[in-house]
Amino acid sequence: MAISVKKATGLYEKFERKDGTKTTTYCAGCGHGIIQKLIGEAMAELGIQDRTVFVSPVGCAAFCFYYFDCGNVAGPHGRASAVATGITRSLKDKVVIAYQGDGDMGAIGFNNAFQAANRGEHFAAFCVNNSLFAMTGGQMAPTTLPGQKTTTTPFGRDVANTGFPLHMCEVFAQLEAPVYIERVSVADTKRIMQAKKAVRKALEIQRDGKGYAFVEFLSPCPTNWRMDAIKSAEFVTNEMEKVFPLGCLRDRSAEPGLQRKPIEQKTLKELMGTTGHGIDPVPDPKFGEKRFKFSGFGGQGVLSLGLVVAEAAGNDGKYVSWLPSYGPEQRGGSASCSVVMSGQPVGSPTVDRPDVLVCMNQPALEKFISTVSQGGVLIYDKSLPVKPEARGDVRVIAFPAMKIAGDNGVPKAANTAFLGCMSALGLIGLPEEQVIEALAESFSSKPALVEKNKKVFEAAKAWVTSNIK
Amino acid sequence: MRKFTKGNDAVVIGALYAGCDVYFGYPITPASEIAEGAAELFPQLGKEYLQAECETASINMLYGAASGGKLAMTASSGPGISLMQEGISYMAGAQLPALIVNIMRAGPGLGNIGPEQGDYNQAVKGGGHGNYHAIVLAPASVQEMCDLTIKAFELAFKYRNPAMILADATLGQVKESLKLPEKESEKPDTTTWSVQGDAKTRRNLISSIYLDLELMEKHNEMLQAKYASMEKEAMSETYLIEDAELIITGYGTSARVARSAVDQLRKEGVKAGLFRPISLMPFPTRELNRVMLGKKVLVAEMSNGQYRDDVLLHLEREVRTPVRLVNRMGGILIQVEDVLKAARRMMKEVQ
Ligand code: SF4
Repeated sequence: MAISVKKATGLYEKFERKDGTKTTTYCAGCGHGIIQKLIGEAMAELGIQDRTVFVSPVGCAAFCFYYFDCGNVAGPHGRASAVATGITRSLKDKVVIAYQGDGDMGAIGFNNAFQAANRGEHFAAFCVNNSLFAMTGGQMAPTTLPGQKTTTTPFGRDVANTGFPLHMCEVFAQLEAPVYIERVSVADTKRIMQAKKAVRKALEIQRDGKGYAFVEFLSPCPTNWRMDAIKSAEFVTNEMEKVFPLGCLRDRSAEPGLQRKPIEQKTLKELMGTTGHGIDPVPDPKFGEKRFKFSGFGGQGVLSLGLVVAEAAGNDGKYVSWLPSYGPEQRGGSASCSVVMSGQPVGSPTVDRPDVLVCMNQPALEKFISTVSQGGVLIYDKSLPVKPEARGDVRVIAFPAMKIAGDNGVPKAANTAFLGCMSALGLIGLPEEQVIEALAESFSSKPALVEKNKKVFEAAKAWVTSNIK
Repeated sequence: MRKFTKGNDAVVIGALYAGCDVYFGYPITPASEIAEGAAELFPQLGKEYLQAECETASINMLYGAASGGKLAMTASSGPGISLMQEGISYMAGAQLPALIVNIMRAGPGLGNIGPEQGDYNQAVKGGGHGNYHAIVLAPASVQEMCDLTIKAFELAFKYRNPAMILADATLGQVKESLKLPEKESEKPDTTTWSVQGDAKTRRNLISSIYLDLELMEKHNEMLQAKYASMEKEAMSETYLIEDAELIITGYGTSARVARSAVDQLRKEGVKAGLFRPISLMPFPTRELNRVMLGKKVLVAEMSNGQYRDDVLLHLEREVRTPVRLVNRMGGILIQVEDVLKAARRMMKEVQ
């Protein structure tokens, strides 16, 4: 049974990219030629060549771009579905075709293909199933039939060892999103006519922007099967069809496609918001550099305490960095952050030797006490059941932050109490208005808390005035 | 306008001002905030965001979008970037521009999520198969996380080559004041080479296959010439080098630590200066030699000397330039104290 292949108008008349010949790279009796003719015809008939991007795979069909007269992209092995996803997601309303072999799509690329199908990506996926890896010389593919001999199953595929043939159509048919799934064959004229319909339908679904369509073609590979064209066609019909039954498993092309929920559109300016200060940092060599470390348990607000100090510095035109602790500390429930404030661009954003160390829990106190810089200050919560032994050159202040916060009705505001304490002691080095403004700003989403925290701040200051000379 | 911003967020902001059209990504600490930021902002601007099923898918989605001439990006960290290397090689081969952000963590293998610079060779030398380079920029501040993201897109499209932002967990997490760009970048015209599914680009082809060996060699030679032509884009920064006897050099976070060390050494009377490469590929060879030749050079990095090896490689050999390394690995940030000790020792021991 010879099939005359007249070139479809969706294909180039002469293959200029292939030295201008008129013959393809496919072996005589190969299904690829027939399938690509069907795709080329359908493309031309639907008039979509100027809307189409064709993604070639790796393997015998790697050179589809020799043949198809439309936009062409050659993808890596197994990745046609991912590449097609990238194209269809960034070029809306185009017709995208991903063409893969069964080894390419069923093995290395299966997850990409499966996930694309599951998302209902807008492209037509065509998979040519000839039951093995063809171009590399006939190795086993996920689709190899039980007992079938290939170069890597020399004793025949043993399903107890290498598993069963992968039924891609049936697997995809378990998914919600695909619009259309059909398995066809190109073994004889009658079947080719059915395949032609399937190709056309898959492309119409793309033309109409409906979603994912998958067509699997049972296709002969006379070269690797070591059979002539006629025997190969018979093998497809008599052996492959037994394992891979033909038919349409899904057709929702008449239903309206899924529509995305609209998201309110904004301009970049709107998105970036109007908050944020206009001041550029002003070089101020006299200011020097102040290094802070705030530490405690996660949830005690040590990170936000650091942020308020940093924001205040930024608003005051200082160079400043804020860095949360990273690594193992993050998991044990401990949290800390480093703030570096400077009159010139900040060097290291980490603080190994803090000028001011605030500790809200015991592990932090034990861990960092020895790191305070010469002449530095350690402030810890007075409720901690320890008496820290610091070097003589470190000023140690046991400050009842938690008590002050609790007494003022906001037990969670111990961090604000520490802020008030630091401000009263002149440790921040910024005007108090800047500190209070940054504190208020940090509660911009919970305005009710602003006044309460200001109260805690004032109470902390009052404690400092009456307890520290 | 200024905003107090995390490095990871500054990357997203930069991408938006660069005109990035699509983001494909897969979460990984410490880069996930970039995906989260993109997921929130991109759709509100009519841009596309998609969480891919894996890094291999992300990079190939980038390949697809870049084929269409779109500005596409992804971000990941060490292990994820390793998975993307095949795709980056394909993009370099097919001459596709796109942006890959690597917020480095400690490796090899699963390692941990602390900051390291152990992916230097992978980023700068190619990383995937074949003779290629990605353009690699190494920011050292939140401002540069934004500005160099914009620059990376610009260079990627100018040279039709994948570009990478090479940062680390510290730069991803640190918050600093960010001055927002004045305006959005203009879209590059890609119609001469991209495949956009229209009449104009119908005959264009994106591919990296050259079965003909001679053509493959020609293609490689053309790529090498392209990389050589990028030399004029090399960027670097110096600090207090005029009278310096000791040059401390490092990139990214290490350079920040080195800058603090330089300040401290100056206070101690040591004439120290800083050389910081901003582009790692192209490597700022000329500037490096101008600054370093004949001086004592101390390389500070958070890897096993990968950047030091490049310093040695690019230094002219005729002039004696002693080079030493101070480094930390494992997710431990290099400390100013580490650099100071090494610097003091070098000043004493090396004549
Ligand atoms: S090896 Fe098989 S699949 Fe490949 S072109 Fe030849 S017949 Fe077709």
